[in-house]
Amino acid sequence: MSTVTSKQHQEPLIRVVKRAELTAGRMMLLRLLAVFLSLVAGGVFIACVGQNPFVIYGTILSGACRSVMAFQGTVKIMIPLLITSLGVTLAFKMKFWNIGAEGQLIFGATCATYFALFCSGMNHVLLVIVMFLAGFIGGGLWGLIPAIFKVKYDTNETLFTLMLNYIALHIVSYLRDGPWMDPGSQGFPKIARFDKNASLDKLFGIQFGWLIALILVVVVFIYLKYTKQGYEISVVGESQDTARYAGMNVKKIVLRTMFLSGGICGMAGMIQATGSDITLTTSVAGGVGFTAIIVAWLAQLNPFSILLVSFLFSVLEKGSSVVQSNFGLSTDCADVLQGIILFFILGCEFFVRYRFVLRQKASCSGACRKETEG
Amino acid sequence: MDMIIKFLVAAVGAGTPLLFGTVGEILTEKTGHLNLGVEGMMSIGACVGFMAGYYTDSFMLALLLAAVAGAFSALIYAVLTVTFMANQNVTGLTLTIFGIGFANFIGIFVLNKSPEGTLKLPEKITAAMRGIHIPGLSDVPVLGELLFSYSPFVYIGVAIAIISACYLNRTKKGLSLKAVGENPGAADAAGIKVVKVKYVNIILGGAICGIGGVYCSMIINGGVWISDNVGGLGWIAVALVIFANWQPSRAILGSFVFGAFRVLKYYIPQSVLPFPIAFYDMLPFLMTALVLMISSMRKSSRINLPAALGLNYFREER
Amino acid sequence: MEKQGKALYAIECRQITKVFGQVVANDRIDFNVKYGEILALLGENGSGKTTLMNVLSGIYHPDEGQIFIGGEEVKINSPVDAMELGIGMIHQHFKLVEAFQAMDNIVLGTGGRKEKSRVTSEKIKKISETYGLEIEPEKYVCDMSVSEKQTVEILKVLYKGAEILILDEPTAVLTPQETEKLFQILRKMREKGCAIIIITHKLQEVLAISDRVTILRKGKSIETVNTAECDAKRLTELMVGRPVSLKIDRPKMPEPETILKVVDLTINKQDGSKAIDDISFEIKRGEILGVAGVAGSGQKELCETIAGLLHADQGAILFHKENILGKSPSEIIEKGVSMSFVPEDRLGMGLVASMGMTDNMLLKSYQKGKGCFVRRKPARELAEKLIGKLEIVTPGTETPVRLLSGGNVQKVLLGREIESSPSVLITAYPVRGLDINSSYTVYELLNEQKKKNVAVMYIGEDLDVLLELSDRIMVLCHGKITGIVDADKVTKEEIGMMMTGETRADEAEREAR
Repeated sequence: MSTVTSKQHQEPLIRVVKRAELTAGRMMLLRLLAVFLSLVAGGVFIACVGQNPFVIYGTILSGACRSVMAFQGTVKIMIPLLITSLGVTLAFKMKFWNIGAEGQLIFGATCATYFALFCSGMNHVLLVIVMFLAGFIGGGLWGLIPAIFKVKYDTNETLFTLMLNYIALHIVSYLRDGPWMDPGSQGFPKIARFDKNASLDKLFGIQFGWLIALILVVVVFIYLKYTKQGYEISVVGESQDTARYAGMNVKKIVLRTMFLSGGICGMAGMIQATGSDITLTTSVAGGVGFTAIIVAWLAQLNPFSILLVSFLFSVLEKGSSVVQSNFGLSTDCADVLQGIILFFILGCEFFVRYRFVLRQKASCSGACRKETEG
Repeated sequence: MDMIIKFLVAAVGAGTPLLFGTVGEILTEKTGHLNLGVEGMMSIGACVGFMAGYYTDSFMLALLLAAVAGAFSALIYAVLTVTFMANQNVTGLTLTIFGIGFANFIGIFVLNKSPEGTLKLPEKITAAMRGIHIPGLSDVPVLGELLFSYSPFVYIGVAIAIISACYLNRTKKGLSLKAVGENPGAADAAGIKVVKVKYVNIILGGAICGIGGVYCSMIINGGVWISDNVGGLGWIAVALVIFANWQPSRAILGSFVFGAFRVLKYYIPQSVLPFPIAFYDMLPFLMTALVLMISSMRKSSRINLPAALGLNYFREER
Repeated sequence: MEKQGKALYAIECRQITKVFGQVVANDRIDFNVKYGEILALLGENGSGKTTLMNVLSGIYHPDEGQIFIGGEEVKINSPVDAMELGIGMIHQHFKLVEAFQAMDNIVLGTGGRKEKSRVTSEKIKKISETYGLEIEPEKYVCDMSVSEKQTVEILKVLYKGAEILILDEPTAVLTPQETEKLFQILRKMREKGCAIIIITHKLQEVLAISDRVTILRKGKSIETVNTAECDAKRLTELMVGRPVSLKIDRPKMPEPETILKVVDLTINKQDGSKAIDDISFEIKRGEILGVAGVAGSGQKELCETIAGLLHADQGAILFHKENILGKSPSEIIEKGVSMSFVPEDRLGMGLVASMGMTDNMLLKSYQKGKGCFVRRKPARELAEKLIGKLEIVTPGTETPVRLLSGGNVQKVLLGREIESSPSVLITAYPVRGLDINSSYTVYELLNEQKKKNVAVMYIGEDLDVLLELSDRIMVLCHGKITGIVDADKVTKEEIGMMMTGETRADEAEREAR
């Protein structure tokens, strides 16, 4: 009818529209697509440093699984990562941004080390149990500190837990340089190797921490999904107001959950120190606490997905060490690839809830609909 | 006396990378986005800037490319959190892991190719970074050393902080920026291009962080490349933002105070305060934790925390 | 002929359509407004008024339709576009930066260099004098009262030179006096040639201020009428879509017995002011106690205190003669005081938005039963029962409740509370955001509870409903009770007076004089 006189006010080229919820199948597809794209992007990166991406990816896969030894190595990497991811999952489910898994792991390992160093004469089974408890309680306490300040003063937990990472790290270096220094090392600062009695036993050639980790997967799954406490965690995570209104003691729940979360991370530290390293070093955590956050997030806080993702990440880690020896690319490559994968997954979550509408398409579909309606 | 001056000078030097990180993060947080990727952005800036210096011998180019690299890494963050509305915490952490990994990876990659087995910056650059000397001014006793003896980085950092302060408090653009961080809905309704403001400032913040990074790689270790050269300074910077109460001018003081904590161990003789070395290493982190605790306990009436910090904005949300 | 008519209109909208996911918020809406005219957009909750205004102010994009400003077709893509076209929007929920001064809010988004604050302040004062507004430009918004904030909102658009003003439910938060003052200002603006659109669902205000009325219903524009030729009854019919007899049952229950008694209760807000100031009242079994009052008169605090969520500073709350003040929320729930408090954000407190109906049924009862595991089976059965009984429309018991429509969410919430067979049921704004039919379902549910000898406290907004539904009405004003009256012995006007702070005694005194 009338001539359209829209001159300067044109619709933007692209705009964002909320979409109806996707089905689980399509969501899965979307994420797989994101992973695929991230591998392509990672491939481009590898190509940029002058390597053939297919060869590198192939080496990573084969390097992690080519022999029983290699596979055991992969599992060894996976144990602390898996347990720590499960630990942070508890906190994240509650929307408590615990990025202090690193510190909780270190402090748990430190507490367990005390018994490994000074009570090594104890009955083996008893000692292992005591060390487990020490690791759990140590990590738990380290997680409890920020939680206390959070519920009491609303102190920013992200930064606080982060600072506690470094504090825990320097506690270890203090112990290493001073009180716990190995007398037999002639002044070189290190902590003595644990007595055999104080190290974890092996099961199928790998320290039995993997069994603990698998059990924890099931336990955490049941805990979150079927127990009253797990239900409380989800409600608190969703809305503290709702939780309060339903008669929940929010403070208690936050404290309890952070103790458990830190405790599990502490246990990971204890297992790493007494099962794999057989001593305590400042690199007992070695970034696992941060990688665990990525794992937990990628797995959407589902324990079984965490099992899968942490396995894949360990393959990446182990494989990249083979890449290092074969091609001279440093193992930091694994971090870069992890980062790229997560960037893509984070981006793809957007398409689960929103979609882009192009200008041309939008006006066309509008017109089409009008015609059919009219 | 001489000792004290040396200590102060060292404190300023040690605080400078923190200053860049803090001011960069203040600009980012003022948009309502908490970017935990400061450490990563600084690492990327450190790496790219160092390599630029290593290959081109140009101090200015190193500085520029470090800023561009920081800006680019911030762009990744901005795309994910502003446009794709991804979780800010996780995105920032990922950026940190990615950034450190990237920097170390490239560092070792280049190292493996260098014939000497170490990466050392050419003399021309190390000279440019060394303390300035203004004839006359720098020779004034005490004051000369305290004010006119630093590396150009220090003056650049202070200048950026002061300019940022003016930008935030004295301009319409700064007002818009603050409005976006406080209440994006209100800013949007007032006709401010929220997305644009967010992008511009997050990227600007990233660029500043990148310059802070190149300080770490070029100066702290005397011009020799080592892995993990940012070493947690980015995280302290994130915390310093709180200490500075989101004011760039206070960031100057805050960074230098924290710089002092970092160098304390070299200036306090063991005989005076018999603390182990590890304690001094821990000190900046411990102080940051204390600052966090105290500032949350105080709950002062006018804290500048942007009200919409950490929340993504979607105009058609309902 | 048509061409000439077009130029007359400040805004003309044709066939505006906006869809959210599966909800059609605006369905081919037509309306227009002239310069020097006040148009009221009337419609019930959910009829699409606010969406339409957000389309006009550039916050939402219309999926279809045309907008003409001063006769020319325009596309409004952002608030900037709207502003350049001279459209200024005063939102229902103020779009103000709390941490800024009034003047910073007013100049926000305008171009040019930042001026000295004295200069800006002078400019603002000059504009405010023209229209008879009162403002302190240096005051921080967070220190302002509601009506002051609204003044800032109005000045914001005037400062930018808007000639078309859109006010979204501007009186919802104002006292009658403040409302009258606002209307004075609006009339003054009309004189100066502004086109004003006022969005509301209050009939009296439509009749008092507007020149014409466009009625919206279920996202469609139904009719436009001249206010002078219309009355409240006709408007209601147009709004609801059928001849309405707003008749709500009020069954009489024999010999009510007091179950909950509030004695000398005082609650302080965090800033030290009194939210509830020394009030006493009682609720009886088998009655509905209506609570009337301007929003923010202490209703929320009262509810939360009875439920144990807030700490009271003085007084007592006696449940069966036992003081429950100071008990934890879970202890109070166990005693059978059920509170279905519905805040503005329905999903914020009563329900967990991302969980399905089953898990939401568990919210208050998950602690029941031995062991550490949650028992979901009875909850699922309960959810299924409610779906059948209350005709809740949902794909399944596990579908997140945030995907349900407002009416269904309300049914889930109220259904759960009722199924816990409470002895006291407290509901606040249970029909907020619901259409008339869903509202009536809610009234029936409440009456059913009353017949079961439950004591019901109903906090409402609509005085007509309060008068018909309640047995007694308690009126709150600034945290004080200005009257507790039998609903069948009081008029709406009397309640209105009490809401503004006049007690019945004052009134009697005045009449005696």
